[in-house]
Amino acid sequence: MLDADGTLSPTPAAEPYLAVIDALSDAELEGLYRDMAEIRAFDVQATNLQRQGQLALWPPSFGQEAAQVGSARAARAQDHVFPSYREHVVARIRGVDPVDIIRLMRGLTHGGWDPTDPRNGNTHIYTLVLGAQTLHATGLAMGLVFDGRSGTGDLERDEAVIVYYGDGASSQGDVHEAMVFAASYQTPEVFFLQNNQWAISVPVSTQSRSPLYRRGDGYGIPAIPIDGNDVLAGYAVTRVALDEARTGQGPRAIEAITYRMGAHTTSDDPTKYRTSDEEQSWARRDPIARMATYLRSRGASDAFFADVEASARALADDTRVRTNALGGVPTDLMFDHVYSEPHPLIDEQQRWLADYEASFEEGTS
Amino acid sequence: MTTAQPISTPAPEPAGDPADAGVIRSLPLSKALNLGLRAALAGSDRVLLMGEDIGRLGGVFRVTEGLQAEFGDRRVIDTPLAESGIVGTAIGLAMAGFRPVLEIQFDGFVFPAFDQITSQLAKITNRHEGAVRMPIVIRIPYGGHIGAVEHHQESPEAYFTHTPGLRVVSPSTPNDAYWMMQEAIASDDPVIFLEPKSRYWQKGEVDTRAPALPLHASRLVRRGTDVTLVGHGAMVHTLLQAAALAESEGTSCEVIDLRSLSPVDYGPVLDSVRRTGRMVYAQEAPGFTSLGSEVAATVMEKAFFALESPVLRVSGFDTPFPPAKLEGTYLPDADRILEAVDRALAY
Repeated sequence: MLDADGTLSPTPAAEPYLAVIDALSDAELEGLYRDMAEIRAFDVQATNLQRQGQLALWPPSFGQEAAQVGSARAARAQDHVFPSYREHVVARIRGVDPVDIIRLMRGLTHGGWDPTDPRNGNTHIYTLVLGAQTLHATGLAMGLVFDGRSGTGDLERDEAVIVYYGDGASSQGDVHEAMVFAASYQTPEVFFLQNNQWAISVPVSTQSRSPLYRRGDGYGIPAIPIDGNDVLAGYAVTRVALDEARTGQGPRAIEAITYRMGAHTTSDDPTKYRTSDEEQSWARRDPIARMATYLRSRGASDAFFADVEASARALADDTRVRTNALGGVPTDLMFDHVYSEPHPLIDEQQRWLADYEASFEEGTS
Repeated sequence: MTTAQPISTPAPEPAGDPADAGVIRSLPLSKALNLGLRAALAGSDRVLLMGEDIGRLGGVFRVTEGLQAEFGDRRVIDTPLAESGIVGTAIGLAMAGFRPVLEIQFDGFVFPAFDQITSQLAKITNRHEGAVRMPIVIRIPYGGHIGAVEHHQESPEAYFTHTPGLRVVSPSTPNDAYWMMQEAIASDDPVIFLEPKSRYWQKGEVDTRAPALPLHASRLVRRGTDVTLVGHGAMVHTLLQAAALAESEGTSCEVIDLRSLSPVDYGPVLDSVRRTGRMVYAQEAPGFTSLGSEVAATVMEKAFFALESPVLRVSGFDTPFPPAKLEGTYLPDADRILEAVDRALAY
């Protein structure tokens, strides 16, 4: 819909979605920009925190903001979200405190937030094993069907599921099995693939000889490719796909074609596997700059952009302050939730460790 | 979104003719499992059965026979042929408040689901710091003695007992099969339920009124004074054969059915070893880093001064499960157990 230069010039394929964009108010359009700009500031801050030794690892989302913001804003409050591990702004939009993502990457937890807490907008925790969450999402969506929580025709109440994964994960067997199950049970679910071109150092051409969205056909799942750097396309196409899914039309798949401008994680060095020409060509398609141009063409004020810049800086500053203030982890956390019910071996080891640690305190007194 | 809902476990009504009152009946182990599953399905509509061929066919071992006809195809679900998909979608169903009971068709076919079981299912409650529970039972027919082909006779229990977050059990009798199945389904933790497939057709008494032992209790099944024999699943019957033969030669063997492989209930084992001073563990699985290794090490740690001889293990060999024509050589039999008993007594 949006050209790389920020001009609204929908292709013929985009025509059916224009009404969804037309329904957005100026404030909502500006909100999409704000979401992207703020999370980029957060992402840069988190990357810096990792470089300074405050985090064990950081998976940057820089460059992928449009696909994430558009799809996340398209989901309705009752929907269920299964991220992989880079969907920082998706989580934030659903209500998750970004510092909860920091806690995971700092080594304080294997989760970070409680998906059953209403404040987190039915957003599940990150899954680091590629594609594993696509099956969990499909199972939950099967449960929605079994319980009649979807497909009644009430868009405001019917629940749907959106699951995120990447071009690398698309090679995983679990993604295939998830699509088989989703098609078999006609789950109310959207498979949202962010093709950011690189699975660490391996290009998408090694994952697939044909465009990834075309795999949908093989499973009987309608699939559509979108410009993943166009937040309006992300919003409109996901909105329609989720509503089709929730009204009993079965699963849908979207391939958002985008680019991660940074490293896969802070552990790799993109200069070893890709060219600066490639990076620069994608930089010219930056999702945030593009949306800014579009908003200015609609009359967005300098004051608005200044306000977004200030709030983005405030989020980044707050992230740094709160990261540095994060405490340690109580030892019992290790033992407390291995099982839901009492377990003699765990209990014995927990008591042993407590006694062992207490023995040092006695020794020093 | 709801977390897993607890189910009540009232004494289930016995299946079949109500006039027989169902107090004690002689049933094959497979039929006892079927009755246990039926009771769980009847007790809570959150219980679902999922697996390949479990619906219309009733499972390749007929353990789920008749259940889809009775409870419908939303409660007893024939899944696509995809083990990781079965376990992974069950995780999502548990997140939606269901209590899925899964069938993996054969022991050697569990490995395509290994990541979903060990990296996902076992850790999800831990990763959520208790906020999400995983009341999932994975039924796996396991073990040899049926003369089957490759991947159909294995004993994979150590992979699962080595994984924190999983509970692992194996019944050896129809009565235990009936009760342990219902107890496993009632558990809020994931349970790997290993069914000794060579025992599916062996009958035994099932008391559907008086609850049996708790899920994670081991059981003394034969009294003896000279050597403690310990095992699980189908091997319990081989141990009893060995004990009967030993008795005819003047040696008194005590036999313990471990029942629960993780956690292990060491109380009856240690009590027995303190009386006999000797112990032999027998299992079909390869011996290296096996359940028998773990039990032996723990008994030596906790009952060292009661021991008159080292704890000995009788195991399958550390080879892949052999072609069926060699399984009689591979699998421990009563003679190999008695050879170990003799070695223990020689100290």
